[in-house]
Amino acid sequence: MTNEQLIEHLSKAYPDAVATQGSQYPEITVPREILHTFMQNLKSDSNLAFDYLVCESGVDYPAFLQVVYHLESTTFRHFLVVKSNTENRETAVLDTVCDIWPTAEFHEREIYDLLGITFNHHPDMRRFFLDDTWGYPLRKDFTDDIHVVER
Amino acid sequence: MGIKKNKEFETNDFPILDQYEGGSIILTQLDALLNWSRSNSVWPLTFGTRCCAIEFMAVGASRHDMARFGYEVARASPRQADMIIICGSINYKMAPVLKRLYDQIADPKYVIAMGACAVSGGPFFYNSYSIVKGADHVIPVDVYVPGCPPRPEALLYAFLQLQKKIRREKNFKTKIKK
Repeated sequence: MTNEQLIEHLSKAYPDAVATQGSQYPEITVPREILHTFMQNLKSDSNLAFDYLVCESGVDYPAFLQVVYHLESTTFRHFLVVKSNTENRETAVLDTVCDIWPTAEFHEREIYDLLGITFNHHPDMRRFFLDDTWGYPLRKDFTDDIHVVER
Repeated sequence: MGIKKNKEFETNDFPILDQYEGGSIILTQLDALLNWSRSNSVWPLTFGTRCCAIEFMAVGASRHDMARFGYEVARASPRQADMIIICGSINYKMAPVLKRLYDQIADPKYVIAMGACAVSGGPFFYNSYSIVKGADHVIPVDVYVPGCPPRPEALLYAFLQLQKKIRREKNFKTKIKK
């Protein structure tokens, strides 16, 4: 599918989601309640067949935290960027997608480690690089008087 | 720093030699012999944490060839090495590992801090939560090599400086007789 067809198809199927054309890939912002079923359909729908999770990353915004999924289909070679926001900064919880794409397991552990977003139903939600005494260092409000020299 | 005096020899400890006229000259010559042999065979540990390690490999390769100065082969085990070249930044997770490697090297042992990261934290000095601000917070450093990364020539110069430092060492202390 072309980008325009993708946007049209998805916004018709999911009226709750906001689909736009980004600078490079089509982007769609999905409410967190339907995130898991949405992702499952992206993979199982034979017209979409997004079978490859290229990257999963976390973003820190003033009011909420966001998780961004870069998806590719190895059969059709089309891309899609899916975004989903958490409710607020304090209760940063989303559903896991690692039952759909197993590579998400480590990505989500890294996001949890550095940004503090927890993922429901994740099989192994532990710290990844840092030990348990750390905060979440990639959050903008992270402070550490011992290790960090501020400028 | 990095050079521990052997305790057994520290106090007056060559009584037989000191009794005789010119005994201390023999010890001086022993020093010279020890320092000569030590300074011309300093084997580094294979240790590279970031891009400075590439320059370190270049120094070991045939174009620059650190073996010309007695820095013969990079050993993969700290028990066979005489020195560490800290090639790259040390983060807080790596710091205990570096400390353990340093402890496993047999005395006498030497450390070269190579590159801005190992000297001071370099580009990661400000606003970084993970990088140690200079490897000398973890282990004592003998020679600092600035640069990001330093040229192989700069590291060779550091090798020569370290050799000079080793040759100045006093391994035996003698009591001066009146």
